[in-house]
Amino acid sequence: MEFFFEWFRVLYQETGINLPFLYDSYDRNRMFDGFLTTIWLSLVCLFFSVIIGVIGAWLQASSFTWTRRIVNGYIQLFRNTPPLVQLYFFYFAIGTLLPRVENDWGGQSPLFGSFAWAAISLSFFAGAFNVEIFRSGIEAVPKSTVEAAEALGFSKLQIYKDITLPLAFRVVLPALNNNLVNLVKTTTLAYAIAVPEMLYEANQIWSDNVNVTEMMIFLLLAYFALVGVLVGGMNRWERSMKIPGYG
Amino acid sequence: MTYKTDLPVMMPVTQRKAEPFLRLKLWHGVPIALLFIIATSLAFAAEGDEKQSPLAVLMNWAPLLLQGFIFNLVISVSAMSLGTAVGALLGLGQISPNRAMSGSSWIITQFFRNAPWLVLLFFAMFLLPFEVSIFGLAIPFPDWFKAILGLSLPVMANVSEIVRGAVKSLPSGQWEAAESLAYTRRQTLWLIILPQCVKRMLPPWMNLYSILTMATVLASIVGVSEVMTLTGRALSAEGGRPELLAPFYGFVLLLFFAYCYPIARFTVRLEKKFAVIN
Repeated sequence: MEFFFEWFRVLYQETGINLPFLYDSYDRNRMFDGFLTTIWLSLVCLFFSVIIGVIGAWLQASSFTWTRRIVNGYIQLFRNTPPLVQLYFFYFAIGTLLPRVENDWGGQSPLFGSFAWAAISLSFFAGAFNVEIFRSGIEAVPKSTVEAAEALGFSKLQIYKDITLPLAFRVVLPALNNNLVNLVKTTTLAYAIAVPEMLYEANQIWSDNVNVTEMMIFLLLAYFALVGVLVGGMNRWERSMKIPGYG
Repeated sequence: MTYKTDLPVMMPVTQRKAEPFLRLKLWHGVPIALLFIIATSLAFAAEGDEKQSPLAVLMNWAPLLLQGFIFNLVISVSAMSLGTAVGALLGLGQISPNRAMSGSSWIITQFFRNAPWLVLLFFAMFLLPFEVSIFGLAIPFPDWFKAILGLSLPVMANVSEIVRGAVKSLPSGQWEAAESLAYTRRQTLWLIILPQCVKRMLPPWMNLYSILTMATVLASIVGVSEVMTLTGRALSAEGGRPELLAPFYGFVLLLFFAYCYPIARFTVRLEKKFAVIN
């Protein structure tokens, strides 16, 4: 392994192609941490945005007009404003309004760090799209199925949880995957509030080593590979979850 | 294969857009914006007598911020036209019968579609020269121009997919009928297929434009003086008062909402109008 890394040092000396995140152990750790942060941020946002989507879709079918209006307002507001401005709004505007807490060293620190705000903001952003996606799936479940469940004595929540959602989930999977892929690409925005994800770490490395070209190309390829793996995995999952004879 | 039955397992999925929020019309934006700004500034009006109220400060800066926003719109329109022109060619390349042509177009499209917008913007920002000289004539590449190029890359890839999808969505009978009437491939494409595709392409294309408009703020990260950069500068010029943050960022949010929401509503209406009933 060490030989492999050293080869890139030789490559640099011979050709000038500078890839310090391979031969330099400090930069390697930074890049790897950035990679892990990107994946972790994506997973957290994925999880919470799906939760927001499921709950939002349920609320949207509520019989109270105002609940539906509020959910609609949330969707329209988050769909039609730039995610970066949302991120700034959450991090700077709301972040400064929240109380500060005492940290381990006795100093004052904000309640949520930049990572937490990025997770919150991006989850809400992707969640707004997920609500719509889940609702389209719920509408595809035939009324007779729901009526049959009602006849069997299921409660409203049980019908949603055990009947509607599992069926809807399968048909919305393509749209959902599309949104989740978009979410992974949107995590780069966290760079703007100094979350140490892949783009941020790459920026640090190219600032130290003045090798913008190599880092940019590596970054493009890295995201291309990351999204490619995700799309591939999701497509396999879609195929295995497909309802036979439908669509 | 589809079955006709009285008790289907699932109904067909229709991706519906959200119903209009409180049936808002475009002009409703003005009172809502005013209400929002007044409310946020009233919340902070109690403190700081000698300082200007947040609303007054925002009013001072609003013309400048609006100018910045117009710059955003200029970037979005230019990037959209550039991306659409190149993307349409790329999309036609994808459906070309030539394997090498369609393969390479497909790879380019996938590559730029899968890369994050911000990374592509960085790519264009740092790797393009600040000027090019043609025949001894130096043509400068200012920041905003590089931002337009950087933003048009993902637009190009998405337009390419929209074109391919629209052409693929047409029934193959159209191609076969044209062939039986002795149209050449080029004639079929230009006279029969593409005119029918325009209708199908328009809604996703407008959706993409709305996404692009929202992506123009990314240019602030790479230092173009658009609305987000100007907001940051205005805030620091006011001495970084924390109570100003919410009204200022809220104002920028509202600007984009006021611009993108009508586009979204119009897109939904077009989709309904062009919907094929089968």
